[in-house]
Amino acid sequence: MDNGKIGQHISGQFNKELEDIRNKVLTMGGLVEQQIEWAVQAFTNGDAELAEQVIRQDNQVDDLEIEIDRECNQILALRQPAAFDLRLLITVIKVINELEIVGDLSESIAKMAISIADIEGSGTKKDSYYELQHMADLVRGMLHDSLDAFARMNVDDVALITGRDENVDREYVSIFRQLITHMMEDPRNITRTINVLWTVRALERIGDHACYVCEHLIYMMKGKNVRHATKEELQKVLDYGKK
Amino acid sequence: MAAQESRTHAIDMNSVLRGQSKKAPPTEVCVRVEDLNLFYGQKQALHNVTMDMPKKRVTAYIGPSGCGKSTLLRCINRMNDLVDSVRIEGKILIDNENIYDKSVNVAALRRQVGMVFQKPNPFPKSIFENVAYGLRIQGVNDKRILEETVENALRGAALWDEMKDRLNDNALGMSGGQQQRLVIARAIAIEPEVLLLDEPASALDPISTLKIEELINELKEKYTIVIVTHNMQQAARVSDYTAFMYMGELIEMGTTSELFTNPRKKQTEDYITGRYG
Repeated sequence: MDNGKIGQHISGQFNKELEDIRNKVLTMGGLVEQQIEWAVQAFTNGDAELAEQVIRQDNQVDDLEIEIDRECNQILALRQPAAFDLRLLITVIKVINELEIVGDLSESIAKMAISIADIEGSGTKKDSYYELQHMADLVRGMLHDSLDAFARMNVDDVALITGRDENVDREYVSIFRQLITHMMEDPRNITRTINVLWTVRALERIGDHACYVCEHLIYMMKGKNVRHATKEELQKVLDYGKK
Repeated sequence: MAAQESRTHAIDMNSVLRGQSKKAPPTEVCVRVEDLNLFYGQKQALHNVTMDMPKKRVTAYIGPSGCGKSTLLRCINRMNDLVDSVRIEGKILIDNENIYDKSVNVAALRRQVGMVFQKPNPFPKSIFENVAYGLRIQGVNDKRILEETVENALRGAALWDEMKDRLNDNALGMSGGQQQRLVIARAIAIEPEVLLLDEPASALDPISTLKIEELINELKEKYTIVIVTHNMQQAARVSDYTAFMYMGELIEMGTTSELFTNPRKKQTEDYITGRYG
């Protein structure tokens, strides 16, 4: 990876502090990815115990967020970073906020897994969760790849990640329609279906937050703010400076 | 040489001064440096420097020691004329007139372009006489005009309220920060057009430094200011435009906010973030 972006300061201590923050963000990202995976697994399998574990893990994510936030503040106050260093810290502060929200969304999926397990008893596995599982894989992949881009400090491929959000949205609309049909077919399905609906909604939001992470990374690497930019504007920023 | 030339010309000064900052409308150029080369004997200290400094704005020069920023600053009021073995090629235009033209009266130029140095250098005279000095050597002796000018200059340098009852005290009894502001008052008493500040706050404590910075902010209403500073945070705080120099070359110039958040050249980035160049 391009460690040169973080290293090479005349102050070795500063290098160490930035490296440390970077590693903690990646640890936090790893935890959050696992939360998504477990939460969806708990939901589709009706595994209340696994869901509890997701909820417990969220405390760890919250603690990391506060710790990283504090370290960033300290560097801003003591070292007055400029240029890339400044953008790195601002990006980290924003990215950990996105990750924390993703953690919370996973936690709410876990809570719905518990309530659905209460209704149906544990160990029920429904074929109808196939699409939900597929969507979960999609958004988890997006988050994973955006964290990977952060680790490599390379945003050349992030347009591919944000492009995948369209698939997620399509999937969301299609599952949404299906669920409405379910509810109309038999009103007894409504409680369960609404839980599924909330879960699908949470997954869709996770996809959005993965895209926000990518936008923050583009700011970090290119110095241009691409929030609210069109696809073409985004591509222009990404192509800037490339041979 | 070819590489240096292309690098210098790669900076499109028009694009720097035009647009970038949306708030400040594009301003007219006050000082223009054109293809300036300066030699101390055999050693070349400035290489093909070309830049524009806009009117009533603060331009900061940053760069490591020996990069030529003070040399460039001193060119603007021909202070380097006082150094033996200096050879200067190229032009500096102030309001479209080349100050290196043979017809230029250097004393008049230095009235037009005031300068303040790193260490305050008040004369061993009273506070009043220090500020009035510039007028007196111009032959002004009318007491009323002198009093009025001194008051205005001291107000302009944010010293009047502190010093109005002590105008006859010796200036050497003032604190360092006050002395520096006194020197600025002396410089603005003769109403120059351009004010050159060479490390004006480097010998001062943090509070005096902030006062000087505040003062610079007020002075730019009236004067075009060029400041050399080692303190990058200070450059970032007080200036509208920043020029980064390295080894006698202008590497990059841009609006201060752009240069400190997203510099275009790697050398600039390495310098302002404290990396090995």
